[in-house]
Amino acid sequence: MITVQANDLIRILPQAILAGFAILVMVFEPFVPAGRKTLLGWFSLFGVIAAGAATVRTSFSPGLAFGGSVSADRFSLFFICLFLLVAALTLLGCFDYLERDNIHHGEFYALLLMATVGMCFMAASTELVMIFLGLEISSLATYILAGFKRHDPLSNEASLKYFLLGSFATAFFLYGIAFVYGLTGTTNLLALRERLGSSGSLFPWSPLAGVAVLLMFVGLAFKVSTVPFHIWTPDVYQGAPAPVTAFLSVGPKAAAFAVVLRIFLGAFTAAGSLTFWVIWVSAILTMCLGNLAALLQSNVKRLLAYSAIAHAGYVLVGIAAGPREGTATVLFYLVAYALMNVGAFVLVGHLAGTGERWTRLEDYTGLGYERPGVAACLTVFMLSLAGFPTTAGFFAKFYIFRAAIHSELIGLTIVAVLTSVVSVYYYFRLIVVMYMREGKTATSRTPLPWALRVAVAVSVVGIFYLGLYPGDFLLLTNLAALPLP
Amino acid sequence: MSWLLDHPLTVLTFLPLAGALIIAFLGRDAAARIRWVSLGVSLLAFALALKVFLDFSPNQPGMQFIEHRPWITAPPISYHLGIDGLSVLLILLTAFLTLLAVLASWTSITNRVKEFFLFLLTLETGMIGVFVSLDLFLFFIFWEAMLIPMYFLIGVWGHERRVYAAIKFILYTMTGSALMLVGILYLYNVTGTFDFEAIELQLAGSVQALSGTAQVWLFLAFFLAFAIKVPMFPFHTWLPDAHVEAPTAGSVILAGVLLKMGTYGMLRFCLPLFPQASREFAPFISVLAIVGIIYGSLVAMVQPDMKKLVAYSSVAHLGFVVLGIFTFTISGMEGAIYQMCSHGVSTGALFILVGMLYDRRHTRLIKEFGGLATTLPVYSTFFMIVVLSSLGLPLLNGFVGEFLIIVGAFHARPLFGALAALGVVLAAVYLLWMYQRVFFGPVTNEKNRHLPDCTGREKIILVAVVLVVLWMGIYPQPFLRRLDLGVARVIYRIEQGPPHFALKKFIRPAEPSR
Repeated sequence: MITVQANDLIRILPQAILAGFAILVMVFEPFVPAGRKTLLGWFSLFGVIAAGAATVRTSFSPGLAFGGSVSADRFSLFFICLFLLVAALTLLGCFDYLERDNIHHGEFYALLLMATVGMCFMAASTELVMIFLGLEISSLATYILAGFKRHDPLSNEASLKYFLLGSFATAFFLYGIAFVYGLTGTTNLLALRERLGSSGSLFPWSPLAGVAVLLMFVGLAFKVSTVPFHIWTPDVYQGAPAPVTAFLSVGPKAAAFAVVLRIFLGAFTAAGSLTFWVIWVSAILTMCLGNLAALLQSNVKRLLAYSAIAHAGYVLVGIAAGPREGTATVLFYLVAYALMNVGAFVLVGHLAGTGERWTRLEDYTGLGYERPGVAACLTVFMLSLAGFPTTAGFFAKFYIFRAAIHSELIGLTIVAVLTSVVSVYYYFRLIVVMYMREGKTATSRTPLPWALRVAVAVSVVGIFYLGLYPGDFLLLTNLAALPLP
Repeated sequence: MSWLLDHPLTVLTFLPLAGALIIAFLGRDAAARIRWVSLGVSLLAFALALKVFLDFSPNQPGMQFIEHRPWITAPPISYHLGIDGLSVLLILLTAFLTLLAVLASWTSITNRVKEFFLFLLTLETGMIGVFVSLDLFLFFIFWEAMLIPMYFLIGVWGHERRVYAAIKFILYTMTGSALMLVGILYLYNVTGTFDFEAIELQLAGSVQALSGTAQVWLFLAFFLAFAIKVPMFPFHTWLPDAHVEAPTAGSVILAGVLLKMGTYGMLRFCLPLFPQASREFAPFISVLAIVGIIYGSLVAMVQPDMKKLVAYSSVAHLGFVVLGIFTFTISGMEGAIYQMCSHGVSTGALFILVGMLYDRRHTRLIKEFGGLATTLPVYSTFFMIVVLSSLGLPLLNGFVGEFLIIVGAFHARPLFGALAALGVVLAAVYLLWMYQRVFFGPVTNEKNRHLPDCTGREKIILVAVVLVVLWMGIYPQPFLRRLDLGVARVIYRIEQGPPHFALKKFIRPAEPSR
């Protein structure tokens, strides 16, 4: 019998606050007249900030909560802060978009907050069933968000595809959990680690254990969209409303990576060699296919979708580097990636105009001279995604490669650096059309609303901060990686 | 103020960037003001580079003007600057050519003036940064960051196939540098530092620090990056495209400075860090260099386009430089560094001259011209002097470097010396033949009859170039004196390791066998 104590509640305070605000948004929604729904958005943003403040309180009383199913440690708090940042940037970037496309409903904000709650639980749980619940909460919310433009067939397609394939994936994950339970009699990660670590008997010999690991990996691989479980990504990222894509390409992905780190580098260390090779192979496939397929894209959203796939491959390189070397670098990478990807998608969404009409590369022709500020910011995002020095993207890759070299994964690193050279080509295509083609841009000419300006400015400043002074932040990620063994 | 005087390298590196920032705040319409600001900044940078050059003590071994402070704590990366004989001339060259590039773009760049000069000055910061960095990581950052302004210079202000050329340039260079990054990381893994001097000390201290295979692979990782940049023979295909499509200023900087980064990298990093592997590969590299000399010259000979001719001549001239470096002799290496600078000046000037003609006629095809000597006497005279300097006429700058290199090559292996000398003859053939077709004979094309001769601004550029050409040719001592200790140090490192039995003869042919 588990008794709930005050500390238990404090340790899930950020999630509780977010969930509370989500419910309040739903309650207030009918009373807010159409055209003033931005109020709900600001209210949600306030909720996110409140949750951020709550993490400070939570950090003073770290430990396990609810019978060891949720852990408030530096690792989970780090991820919660990352998710809150992503949610805040998405909120700032979406007000104008929702208004413009006439889909401004309070539900959007409620769903966004709920998705964030789910992600927070994914990162914070130390119990497979809780992780599954978090995964489902965030997935259900994002399925709906992807289809939020109800009258747009592409958006509907995105939602349906995401839902069908996503349910399969979560089923795989659940099946894996069932196997783990059948083999060991527990679903608690900490207990699992003790059992597997002490006897060490399970892994090399039991094929079922291998099946369990593979099933769970498939479920998570879908969420982080590694090849060959990436098929849904381009369609969903293209069809979903751009701010949702910004959120999708970063939030659930980072959450799933948090789970990968907790399960495969934490609990299942005994399954080392199997997990290692699975990750090694999918890293190579993901980097190669993601980058090569991106070369062929003519739609900016699809291009960024393939780039998002490729970036998952680099994160896998960091995970393959192993717990001691890789975890901190993965955390660094995810933050850098969040900044540049959210920024890029939010800007693309703004430029696309009503109904996202202008998302082809050619539409950006001459943007560099008509809207120099916007184009300069996009250029910064592209340079950072391509990994040029003085941007966050460079250090993110650099740290990952360093960890991989340290773990003697030289072949993997060479593939990674060469594919990142390939990526330069497609990121620079956008720069080429913006600056080196003569013509008038087709994209929207409405000035940037100031909320969006804040979101973009935060991303750009963050990118340069991490690109020039990465040391302090790396120390932080090192601390955050400590709770994992 | 005293802080500025105490940190000449930092100031020199970031002064152009500061200029770029000033330009960023100027209005788009203030084209004249933007030009004058860039001229002022590049003049100031040149003056500062000259001061550093004069203050550089030729008798002091090791690095000078050192600045060392921590930048990033984990991994330990420091802001470590310093110059020695290998880099002191190249800094001066960079500042000089940037100044010329600003002057050469004065009237030929009319659209997007602000962005042009902004990128040009940013580029100067990147280039100087590459030559003064003594931390491998810092070096890599400058090396990569410099690509972006160059990419824009080619891609926005270039000629017809500019986008293709720009992308090709950046992809080639990045492939090399990506592998170099792996090499740098591997070195960090072995030594625990990115600091060049610390790494060198560790590798020199214990011979076993790097296994033979590791050294070979690391050498190749670094060498490939530099060989692409130089570019050496099989990796040279990006060069004609980039040089021809770039605007005049871009070509000047590309040929004058960017190519030198490759050869500088070999001297600074490949040789001292991996001496055994360098000796192992020296014969192959020398052969590639000679192939580059002869192939470059032959291809240059048949070019119908003057700019392309000059571009291929760079392949040949840089072949000399690489050959000189891998002779592992004092004269060969000093000749190589000297040739880097004189090639920068001469080829930069050739590009500027071709650009002046292009500004007048909007074509660079040799067959469009003929008999220009009668219509453009002043221009033709300057062109003649630069052509002669480029083909290595004694008393002009090209001669000194090539002569020293050939002496070094003869010392190392007489056949190499003989083949390199053949390259000098070929250079005379393609350059003089081009000169003859363009300037001598009757005026064949009516459009050329009333071309205006050099303007005052153009005369200033060309007189400056000719003065440097003459000074470097007649009295090279002030330059060469400053190279001695830097080169001696590299040679010391090369000879320090356990001698390889097969190559010992190759390094010191004079030594009697026991």
